[in-house]
Amino acid sequence: MTHFEQELAALKDRLLTMASHAEEAVKDAVEALISRDYDLARRVRESDGVIDQFEIEVDELSIHLLAKAPLASNLRMIAVVMKISQNLERVGDEASKIANRARELSDEPPLKLTVEIPKMADMALQMLRGALDAFVNSDPVSARALIPRDKEVDALNKKIYRELAEYMISHPDTITRCLNLIIAAKSLERIADHATNVAEEVVYLCEAEDIRHTGKGTKVSQIT
Amino acid sequence: MTASPGAMHPAPPVPQPPGATGPSGRFRAARWDWVSTLGTGATGLATVLIIAILGVILGNIIVNGVQFVSWHFITTGTASDMFDVNKAGILPMIVGTSARVILMTIFVLPAGVLTAIYLTEYARTTSKFTRVIRGAVNNLAGVPSIVFGLFGAGFFVRFVGRGMDAALYPGKGVTVWGQPALLWASATLAVMTLPVVIVATEESLRAIPQGLREASLALGATKLETIRKIVLPQAVPGIMTGAILAISRAAGEVAPILFTGAAYFMADLPRSLHDQFMDLGYHVFILSTQSPNVDKTRPLLYATVFVLLALTFALNVVAVFIRANLRKKARQNH
Amino acid sequence: MTDVKVPKITVSAPATAGPLRTSPTLLEVVELSLFYGATQALKNISLEIGEKVVTAFIGPSGCGKSTLLRCFNRMNDLIDNVRIEGQVLIADQDINSPEVDVIELRKRVGMVFQKSNPFPKSIYENVSYGLRLQGVSGRTELDGRIEESLKQAALWDEVKDRLHTSGLGLSGGQQQRLCIARAIAIKPEIILMDEPASALDPLATARIEELILELKKDYTIVIVTHNMQQAARISDFTAFFYLGQLIEFGATAKIFTHPAKKQTEDYVTGRFG
Repeated sequence: MTHFEQELAALKDRLLTMASHAEEAVKDAVEALISRDYDLARRVRESDGVIDQFEIEVDELSIHLLAKAPLASNLRMIAVVMKISQNLERVGDEASKIANRARELSDEPPLKLTVEIPKMADMALQMLRGALDAFVNSDPVSARALIPRDKEVDALNKKIYRELAEYMISHPDTITRCLNLIIAAKSLERIADHATNVAEEVVYLCEAEDIRHTGKGTKVSQIT
Repeated sequence: MTASPGAMHPAPPVPQPPGATGPSGRFRAARWDWVSTLGTGATGLATVLIIAILGVILGNIIVNGVQFVSWHFITTGTASDMFDVNKAGILPMIVGTSARVILMTIFVLPAGVLTAIYLTEYARTTSKFTRVIRGAVNNLAGVPSIVFGLFGAGFFVRFVGRGMDAALYPGKGVTVWGQPALLWASATLAVMTLPVVIVATEESLRAIPQGLREASLALGATKLETIRKIVLPQAVPGIMTGAILAISRAAGEVAPILFTGAAYFMADLPRSLHDQFMDLGYHVFILSTQSPNVDKTRPLLYATVFVLLALTFALNVVAVFIRANLRKKARQNH
Repeated sequence: MTDVKVPKITVSAPATAGPLRTSPTLLEVVELSLFYGATQALKNISLEIGEKVVTAFIGPSGCGKSTLLRCFNRMNDLIDNVRIEGQVLIADQDINSPEVDVIELRKRVGMVFQKSNPFPKSIYENVSYGLRLQGVSGRTELDGRIEESLKQAALWDEVKDRLHTSGLGLSGGQQQRLCIARAIAIKPEIILMDEPASALDPLATARIEELILELKKDYTIVIVTHNMQQAARISDFTAFFYLGQLIEFGATAKIFTHPAKKQTEDYVTGRFG
């Protein structure tokens, strides 16, 4: 391996470490929400700083490598790494937000209504995992397959929103708790969006085709 | 990352060179170029002319001379009548000419090569001293050969020769070196051909890229080591060229040896460096002017000239052969 | 979740323009000025070259970078009418002082030139030239040193079966690697490279660059280059020269991403030069 290839591999490693931190944060935040664990929620908030630092470091390293004027797949790799790190940083922020909601909810008695937040969390986490796996394995096919699942998460988010909204209206004393849950669900929906972004970046990396904003995950037809 | 919304632009038009195409876009037909043809004709004619002249001269000599060149002719001395074609021999002249040319080469090569090395490698190009040396070399090339003869007589024979006699045989009044001799004739010829060797050596030294010298010096070699190991070995073919030119010029020169060593008649072959010698070129002059019977001597004249040319040619061939060998070895590389 | 190890990435600490202290200094230039007759080619240059790092000199043509490089092994001595003011210190010793033997200096500071210049001798003879000058003569020792140098120069595998053929029979990139092998055979401390890859095609250039990155583990390297991406790829520190002056000197990462001086920025972005 040439020296440049070694540095590029090190950059990838750094990104994947950052990814594992982000995934961990989401898992812990949802756990704190479901099991009403105040301490866990606090820990998630505190470790968001680490993820932010990773983003700075990954960006700095990427610029350093770009100065060497790489071409073709090397160039795309560095650009994609920078974008994925940005998405991961946002995922970390969303996990923080969920942890904040979890802290507030743990102060109050649990809600009688059950909503499918754990299922939604699971779906979002699986999408994130899937996108990162596609990146590691350079697998554009599974990346493309991931993208339509965002619609399911969106649909679930809407369902949870409606259920909570109805419940809020009939049980006004639960308004703060319901609002917190709505916000938490929104964060999960955003996490799924970020996972979709990562999948789109992986397709660009592997196939040099830009499928952003098409929402279909299929080939772009000629647009005149 | 730009999304590609599809439409490809049509390929841009290929630029046409101006004037090359006519209205239909084809190339115009070639026109007859008078100037080129004239040039080719003129240079060809000149070449043919030169070869023709050379052919006539050589042909005349070979045709008229070769019939009289016999083994007897080449190997006999001059004991018998010099002007009789049946009895004359030119061995002493052959020996004398060869000896003086070879001796001259031994003198001129070291002197010329060292001077050229100094001028190319050591001398500062802007110094006055360098310019004086260069001027001297150039002027030396233009000196008439008879003047060299007089110089040789005055400097080598009288000054150096008599000085040596005084030093080696003090008080005896003996004249061993202070007279015309093979040594002084060769030395005079060496002085005469010095510019040729210097220039040829300088040219071959200059042809060596500076990068090689820099590479050697950058590895920690001294200037002398660089010259010895890198520069000189590469310059040897060029030096040989200089030697060939010097030999060619010297073999046929008569004026420089007139007062410095050539003899009208010698009973024996030259046995030491302080002996006089007979010479082919000088003998041609003698045959042409001193003969009692011009018609009888003419064939002898042709034969002598033929041998002179053959000898010069032979010396050249040997030198060229040595040079070619050195070039081949340089290409193969140890 | 895959267990990812966390490797250490060294991004050179951004340094300010001026003397660097991140590696021990091997070569120091102190207020150096150089004159060709009346023309001043180098104006009051001061900088420090670190040990076992790659330092690049960049700048437009005629800015003095090659001239400065040639000061480090006193190759400018070969040119008439050159006058030097100031000092060049190697291991705290002024190399222009009369007590320094220039021959010894050149054995410790080697040079590779822009146009590869192998001697018209065999590959073996080329690499052994410097060794023989130093008195190394035993056949086995020579063989060993030559093999070592050719391996370090990434040329051994290509020439090991034809060591006694002419060096001129190699391709351009191979010839330049031969010149590098020749230079490192005598194990100098510093290697000066004057645009070593500028006459080569991109593939040969990439091989030379990879070679330099390997060599910097053992040698201090100063390279003059007009190719800025090359400087960014292989050097740790970069000095930018313009019209005989040192404009900026710093860590390569800084010079090429956020240089301190506007002139540097203009040159690096291609606005002039």
